[in-house]
Amino acid sequence: MNPLESVGRESTDLLEYVGGVAILGSESASFIARLRIRVAETFNQAYLLGVQSWSIVLLTSLFTGMVISLESAVQAVQYGVGNLVGGAVAFGSFRELGPMLSAVVVAGRAGAAIAAELGSMVVTEQIEALDALGLSPVRMLVVPRLVAMLIMMPVLTIFADIVSILGGAWLANSVAHISYDTFLLSVRQQVHIGDMLKGLVKSFVFGAIIVLIGCYQGLRTRGGAAGVGVATTGAVVIAIILIFITNFLLSYILFGQQFGGG
Amino acid sequence: MAVIARLEDVTMSYGQRVVLQNLSLDIVEGAITCVIGLSGAGKSTILRLLNGLRRPDSGRIYVKGQELGSLSDRELIELRRSIGFSFQFAALFDSLSVFENVALPLRENTTLGTDEIHKRVTHALESVGLAGAEEKLPAELSGGMVKRAGFARAIITNPDMVLYDEPTTGLDPIITHLLTDTILRLRNQLNGTAVVISHDLQSIFMMADYIAMLFEGAVIAYGSVDEIRASFNPIVQQFLQGSEVGPIPI
Ligand SMILES: Nc1ncnc2c1ncn2[C@@H]1O[C@H](COP(=O)(O)OP(=O)(O)OP(=O)(O)O)[C@@H](O)[C@H]1O
Ligand SMILES: [Mg+2]
Repeated sequence: MNPLESVGRESTDLLEYVGGVAILGSESASFIARLRIRVAETFNQAYLLGVQSWSIVLLTSLFTGMVISLESAVQAVQYGVGNLVGGAVAFGSFRELGPMLSAVVVAGRAGAAIAAELGSMVVTEQIEALDALGLSPVRMLVVPRLVAMLIMMPVLTIFADIVSILGGAWLANSVAHISYDTFLLSVRQQVHIGDMLKGLVKSFVFGAIIVLIGCYQGLRTRGGAAGVGVATTGAVVIAIILIFITNFLLSYILFGQQFGGG
Repeated sequence: MAVIARLEDVTMSYGQRVVLQNLSLDIVEGAITCVIGLSGAGKSTILRLLNGLRRPDSGRIYVKGQELGSLSDRELIELRRSIGFSFQFAALFDSLSVFENVALPLRENTTLGTDEIHKRVTHALESVGLAGAEEKLPAELSGGMVKRAGFARAIITNPDMVLYDEPTTGLDPIITHLLTDTILRLRNQLNGTAVVISHDLQSIFMMADYIAMLFEGAVIAYGSVDEIRASFNPIVQQFLQGSEVGPIPI
């Protein structure tokens, strides 16, 4: 194959992939809009994908809050602005690290689980069995996972925000002797509820990315157990890359106007 | 005798490999048609074509008066709901219990109440010898039990047409007899049509109204049990006798 052909081929593959994910997303959206949602299964998925992710989100956000606090507290105290540390931690967590890091670890856990489960259902003909019964795999499998994650991802992010503030406050107190009151006052003065809400908008979008990529990868699995492995790895890698890119774009859109307008 | 489904000049390949070539086959309404042929001959592929899980490369497929290629997604779904499909490897949903697997078509595709569903599913499981296995997950069943649960799921809505992919392969003689009887009963009680893929000549001779033999992508023999048994076609004879010597390359 000559280089031009292979470039052409790769861009067709990419377009096909993007198109496939878009179709999956719009089919899911149409079921959701018509309220054709399997409620019990959605709760079940909210538990499996969301609630059970709390511990990894706790750990990542705790240490993230602490490390931002550590970096900023030492410097801030040197320059006599220790009262700004809380704001720095909250700013970083609410707007960027809370939503993004939670999404990244959830992609590693839930995104992989979704791709592996759907992939093995393809391989064992369970998806064909759904089709043969006249049941839509999108309604039966994708929609419950999507709705569950759209609810749980923002919840996990709020949890991450709180944990990182607490971790940051504890570290600032024990390393730089900044009191909890000073820290929390600084949080309240420098960060607005809008920052937190914008962070939640991000987490909502990340949740959709994780589920749609996980489902799409799973449903296009080919070739036995090895195929399931390939689909699963792909789901995690693609979702994480998309999360980073989308995070930048959303930051630009949501927070960007503060440069120009201010 | 009315034809309920027809494959007309169907060619179908997977990648480079041509599996069916200009194949035509009529499925008679209210009759049991058994499809026999070597492993890998394309028998399962025929069943998938019949309910639109696969599309042929060329040719037309008619089921219940409709040409599958011309159906919208919506119409195809409606058609599939009226056709039972028992998969070769059962294809049970492994996150659902045996009971829920069999109940799923009733829950999703009918308006029956919980009590009625419970009654029907319990009865169906009893009739395939699975009483007591209701709460088990597929992973906790033996191969034969999985197969029987898949069989029960395929017939739970009493469809007037059922496609069975090797329903009795790997089952003991008593259960084989039981399932063969069930297939016959559905035909007799509901005037149901069945397409059965099987390697089990004994049960084929017991239930078949028509036998179609598939070889190298085409139907090389078609007829009643007696006609097929009396066939002069050396390929058919070699197959029925299970002989190593003959025209079939091994
Ligand atoms: N999804 C697929 N991808 C590629 N090739 C396939 C696929 N499904 C079937 N085939 C090929 O098509 C041919 C026919 O397969 P099919 O499953 O229809 O055979 P069969 O007659 O049901 O065999 P058996 O009696 O062993 O079940 C086989 O050679 C198989 O290798
Ligand atoms: Mg087969």
